[in-house]
Amino acid sequence: MTAPGTRADGTRADGTRADGAPADGLRADGAPGPAPAYRPPRAAALRRFARAYLARRAGAAGLGILVLAALLALTAPLYIGDGQLDVTRVDGPLLAPPSGAYPLGTDHAGRSVLLLTVWGARSSLAVGCVATVLTVLLGSAVGLVAGHYGGRLGRALMHVTDWFIALPSLPLAISLAAVIGQGPVSITIAIAVTSWSATARLVRAQTIAVGARPFVERARALGAGEAQVMFRHILPNVTPIILVSATLTVASAILSEATLTFLGLGDPTDVTWGSMLSAALSQGAVTYGAWWYLMAPGTAILLVVLGFTLTGRTVEHLLNPRTGGAS
Amino acid sequence: MSDLLDAVALPGREEPAGSSRPGRSPAPFLRYLASKVAAALVSFAVTLVIGFVLFSLMPANPVQSLTRGRPTSAAQMEHLRHQLGLDQPVWHRFLSFVGDTLQGRLGDSWQFQQPVASLIGERLWPTLLLTGTATLLSVVLGLWLGVHSGWRHGSRFDRLTSGISLTLWSVPTFWLAMILLVVLSTGLGPIPSLFPAGGMSDAYSPSGFGHVLDVAHHLVLPCLTMVLVVFAQYVTVMRSSVIDELGNPYLLTARAKGLMDSQVRNRHAAPNALLPSVTVIFLQLGTVVGGAITVETVYSWPGLGFLTYQALQVPDLPLLQGTFIVFSASVILMNLLADVVYRFLDPRVRAQ
Repeated sequence: MTAPGTRADGTRADGTRADGAPADGLRADGAPGPAPAYRPPRAAALRRFARAYLARRAGAAGLGILVLAALLALTAPLYIGDGQLDVTRVDGPLLAPPSGAYPLGTDHAGRSVLLLTVWGARSSLAVGCVATVLTVLLGSAVGLVAGHYGGRLGRALMHVTDWFIALPSLPLAISLAAVIGQGPVSITIAIAVTSWSATARLVRAQTIAVGARPFVERARALGAGEAQVMFRHILPNVTPIILVSATLTVASAILSEATLTFLGLGDPTDVTWGSMLSAALSQGAVTYGAWWYLMAPGTAILLVVLGFTLTGRTVEHLLNPRTGGAS
Repeated sequence: MSDLLDAVALPGREEPAGSSRPGRSPAPFLRYLASKVAAALVSFAVTLVIGFVLFSLMPANPVQSLTRGRPTSAAQMEHLRHQLGLDQPVWHRFLSFVGDTLQGRLGDSWQFQQPVASLIGERLWPTLLLTGTATLLSVVLGLWLGVHSGWRHGSRFDRLTSGISLTLWSVPTFWLAMILLVVLSTGLGPIPSLFPAGGMSDAYSPSGFGHVLDVAHHLVLPCLTMVLVVFAQYVTVMRSSVIDELGNPYLLTARAKGLMDSQVRNRHAAPNALLPSVTVIFLQLGTVVGGAITVETVYSWPGLGFLTYQALQVPDLPLLQGTFIVFSASVILMNLLADVVYRFLDPRVRAQ
């Protein structure tokens, strides 16, 4: 890195590395001469970013919620067994209000609502995250290609994106999941298909903005091919906005997952927050006035969604040069 | 959409464009309208393609799912396949599907054994009543809160409003509906049962004005749920566009004239900030109809959303296809309206 290879190589490598702080990096590098003091700023910038992030109460709270939820979901198999979730093997009172033995009450089959809610986090978080990964991959690919190549291909891709934006997402997701069949896989696909378009628009706009910057022109002048410019120069600069939108996408994906399982599109044997609420409605917990059966899964959804939203908003705030001073 | 927002970002050009208003001829507007209508028609065509792919090509074996649980001979299966037109080539099926849809023939529901179109027609009005009332109320509430919290952004009122709307926005609609149902319909602790649990009217509903009151009584909870979930969107948009207006010189002029703070806000800032909100309201209208699915399910409100839920339980593919097309068409229609209304409201767009 410090040893200057060919001149073109050195500048190009620096161009990509400077992405943490592109504007200053460029100016510092534009002048001829070695730039040996370039490595540390990245780690320092990361540390500065973490500090600025944790200093914002909303961001810290959001991250705290998410870490807690992830820990609970991951460790659930250690303390929850089949015996506590199987309708035929539990022996608790039916629809009992919260008590010492059942801190959040029991459901219509005598299972502990607390344990069900913790178990439900596994499926909700997993579907939410996998759907988001699919959404972001699809959306970023379309947005990047449409923004970078433009022309007829770009316009065609954006037309497709606009159609998907205009389609009502819930009816489309319901129809997709109903046609593919019940289960988490079809829900994941349905969520990804209905939500990639927003990411694509965002990424395309950012790709065009980055593509107009001088360092891209320089890379081209030095002989970089289109694909190389796209992956090594533009993509790293678009990544922060992709990450922010991914965090916000998880929030809506989890809401969609809950909605779709509530409507009965999930695997009927799975315990998820949406299916718990669906059972509460269909098994008469609502007419019985069993508020505890509703409170736990609903609050869990609310908290996790809020956690992702707060995290995403805070990162967005810090990355925006107009509002945040971190990067 | 983005060019609309760009136009909004230049509020300083208000006066010169406004002065060109008397000289406008209808021709550019008609051309504009024609291009928007054409775009909407293309969108609808795409919806039909997606609907066809989803409901006619993707289901692996509709005959099998249709006859599920009943012993059927191979000859009967073949007869059904022929009856459903499944033995014809794909393009032929697509063309007859498009022809049928445009003539309002959406097939027969498997579950209700009657035409999908008549089912939808019967359930359309309850949904329009519910979403219309809810939208009206949430627009009024959202815009009022948005103007006030944006005008004093950072104040305690603003933080409270933003916090509440962010929280309500994160709440799953159906959960909120169920909470309201438990608290206000079943009754919890000291709270008596105030509202009916579901449906649109009582079985022995009185006629005339009594019926209207009965329906209104049933409407309260579903409508309240939708308002609580939807208004946050309007608060956010209105708040941020009021904040965008804050630094503008025309507000300084208005203040320099000696207007009171509330007059500056209501007569100068709010009308200008309203423009982007109008677009969002119309775009939202289309999705609200789809959002009615969960609310109607919880309250068994006999609208399109509840119909979709009932179709899902089977799953009744022709019925699902019908509601999908209706929901998509409503979104496309609202987008078209948003474009047209925007053109009327904003002289800067009109002058182009």
